[in-house]
Amino acid sequence: MTGPERAMIRAEGLAKTFVLHTQGGAEIPVFRNVSLTVHAGEVVALHGPSGAGKSTLLRTLYANYRPDAGRVMVRHGEAEDDWVDLASAPPRAALALRRRTLGHVSQFLRVIPRVPTLDVVAEPLVALGEEVGAARARAGALLSRLNIPERLWPLAPATFSGGEQQRVNVARGFVAPRPILLLDEPTASLDLANRDIVVALIAEACAAGAALVGIFHDPAVREALDARLFTLTARDTCS
Amino acid sequence: MSAAALMTEADPPLLTVAGLGKAFGARPACADISFDLYAGEVLGVVGESGSGKTTLLRCLSGGLTPDAGTVLYRPAEGGQALDVHALPEGRRRLLMRTDWGYVHQDPRDGLRMGVSAGANIGERPMALGARHYGRIRADAADWLARVEIESDRLDDRPTTFSGGMRQRLQLARVLVSGPRLVFMDEPTGGLDVSVQARLLDLLRDLVTRLGLAAVIVTHDLAVARLLAHRLMVMKDGRVVEHGLTDQVLDDPHHPYTQLLVSSVLQA
Amino acid sequence: MSQPDAGVTFGYLDEQTKRMIRRALLKAVAIPGYQVPFAGREMPLPYGWGTGGIQVTASIIGPEDVLKVIDQGADDTTNAVSIRRFFRRVAGVRTTERTREATLIQTRHRIPETPLGPGQILVYQVPIPEPLRFMEPRETETRRMHALADYGVMHVKLYEDIAHYGRVATSYDYPVMVNGRHVMAPSPIPKFDNPKMHDAPFLQLFGAGREKRIYAVPPHTSVVSLDFEDHPFEVQGWDRVCDLCGADDSYLDEVVTDDIGGRLFVCSDSDYCAGRRADGHQGPAAASAAGEALADTMEQVAREHASEDPA
Repeated sequence: MTGPERAMIRAEGLAKTFVLHTQGGAEIPVFRNVSLTVHAGEVVALHGPSGAGKSTLLRTLYANYRPDAGRVMVRHGEAEDDWVDLASAPPRAALALRRRTLGHVSQFLRVIPRVPTLDVVAEPLVALGEEVGAARARAGALLSRLNIPERLWPLAPATFSGGEQQRVNVARGFVAPRPILLLDEPTASLDLANRDIVVALIAEACAAGAALVGIFHDPAVREALDARLFTLTARDTCS
Repeated sequence: MSAAALMTEADPPLLTVAGLGKAFGARPACADISFDLYAGEVLGVVGESGSGKTTLLRCLSGGLTPDAGTVLYRPAEGGQALDVHALPEGRRRLLMRTDWGYVHQDPRDGLRMGVSAGANIGERPMALGARHYGRIRADAADWLARVEIESDRLDDRPTTFSGGMRQRLQLARVLVSGPRLVFMDEPTGGLDVSVQARLLDLLRDLVTRLGLAAVIVTHDLAVARLLAHRLMVMKDGRVVEHGLTDQVLDDPHHPYTQLLVSSVLQA
Repeated sequence: MSQPDAGVTFGYLDEQTKRMIRRALLKAVAIPGYQVPFAGREMPLPYGWGTGGIQVTASIIGPEDVLKVIDQGADDTTNAVSIRRFFRRVAGVRTTERTREATLIQTRHRIPETPLGPGQILVYQVPIPEPLRFMEPRETETRRMHALADYGVMHVKLYEDIAHYGRVATSYDYPVMVNGRHVMAPSPIPKFDNPKMHDAPFLQLFGAGREKRIYAVPPHTSVVSLDFEDHPFEVQGWDRVCDLCGADDSYLDEVVTDDIGGRLFVCSDSDYCAGRRADGHQGPAAASAAGEALADTMEQVAREHASEDPA
């Protein structure tokens, strides 16, 4: 059951302030009282000026940042009341949730030394118990689609260009179908052709019933995805 | 998997550490350490030299007797939880060469430098009763390959190996008996950066593939990020911060963790 | 029986010391293969000449005992002769070269070929009692390893031999598991003799003078040489028989007989060889000049021994 009205992720009353102890305890409030619900089959674009906290919110939804207040309720399972608060979940539960339910495409690929591109992409599938050969086949298909030539697959992506690294990162994020996807500027360093391929990938995931939250600076991308805007205003609450 | 199943562990933890403390004279080396470790989970322990990391590791693995607290280990097959420090030494040693492994920072502490690589890898199986030379040797050769050492080095002594090879050999010697839990003390410590990367990649792959639980002590945050699922940050013998690895490193809360993270040079 | 030297206690050691050593022996017999520390005494011989074995012998010998002393299987080497003389002098006991006649045999390097019986005791002189020493130099650690039966390193050594030489190269002092519990160094006897220790009807006592350790294998105790399934324990074999007596079941020594490469292979157990020859057995070189010369020499030594033992 993946109807459009099925809420998948529900942020409630999130607040985040950074306290910089190494700089005299300076406090940097980012946002407070943020609430956001994203449904299956929906794309939500976080919107707002630079410094409004879009990235921080996205990372908080992924539990990469820990909110000072509020909850990040994530649907995990089939029953109506199968929700987990990611913000307070124990580490193991949070990791399992990320593996199965909540995907994240960061802005930059965090390179793992020596691991070939094909395995970097296949890894999320393998982590879910997929057989290595099958996982590599899926990874290869996705890399092909993203125009990463096969000769690059055995290489570690450390030496790739920014655009290539970003596409590897996107492939890694999409290789395992997950019901919720968080995307941090997935098209920022791509040319138009590759941008459109990524947009198509996102649209397909959406059509398949995934709930997506992203930061898309390119208005054309937001339009193409028919994204609902969620606007953050600098240093404050948002609508 | 339902949310309820996610939040309640199917199996009890492999290791339950409660209130662990150890002092040398008046100076506490570690104090009031408590955590659970589950099968397949990698816990990183980070902090500067002298923060009590290695003392903690030695208390966990039974090498040092703590002044306070308990370490409970649950063996496979639903056996009774064992109070590691209440076990007779023979049982503890047996545990150390069956279910557990310890990887020393200096491979010379974990290897027999006077016998061949094959004999080093074969020692644990032989201590556990393996008596077929051919199979012991075949297993040793297999493990040598898995740690990326040329098979023609099987009969060479580790004295002729480079630092990186010695460390990989130490891994093979520990992993050959299929431990469930491995303790590692600065496993990449004395190695050149280029050699470190290879070892890290190997470690990461083996830990994932074998589903090992591990406690890895390191002062290198990059190592911690690559290997550990979650981190404990230690300062002056106490845990000051504990959480998912990426949370602790990307959103450190404690002043000491912030200092550690901000002190890392970006290449 | 000759009279013991009136100036010394019977058996040289004072009664207190003998009691102390006997207590250690009792403990050793009770825990087969376990090394019992004892307060070893200074003996009028240098270490390496059998001071450990001598103290054991001195503590258990009685006036009615008949003593045989062998060194490298032979009764006529310097070490054997001087130990035998020592006990004749301090205990006044009868000595013999005949294995069958002896009640007490002190040995270095061999177990006699003639099977020993329940009434006999074999005392070994041991230079290095600790079988784990070559892998683990720390005494505290080896004792703990014995306590915990933590014996993995023993097979590491055997593994290493096979890896480098294709077989277990250890040919003497070959380690054994005693009573399924303690790994033991059988003293530098050839591994040829190891099978004789297993389920033996006689008592075996071991004394190490320098390291001050005593251990024992009581009668009918399991003594198993360590090995691998696919490299089972094997004793040395010869593709020839004793040149003098024709024995095909004894440990052979190579004896060089001249300066042009002439050599004979003869029983290292001189009593066994002489006994077989007396019974009419002949080896392939028994009638040769070298063979006759060697046999003559051995008989002459035996006569000298008989003459020095007035009994």
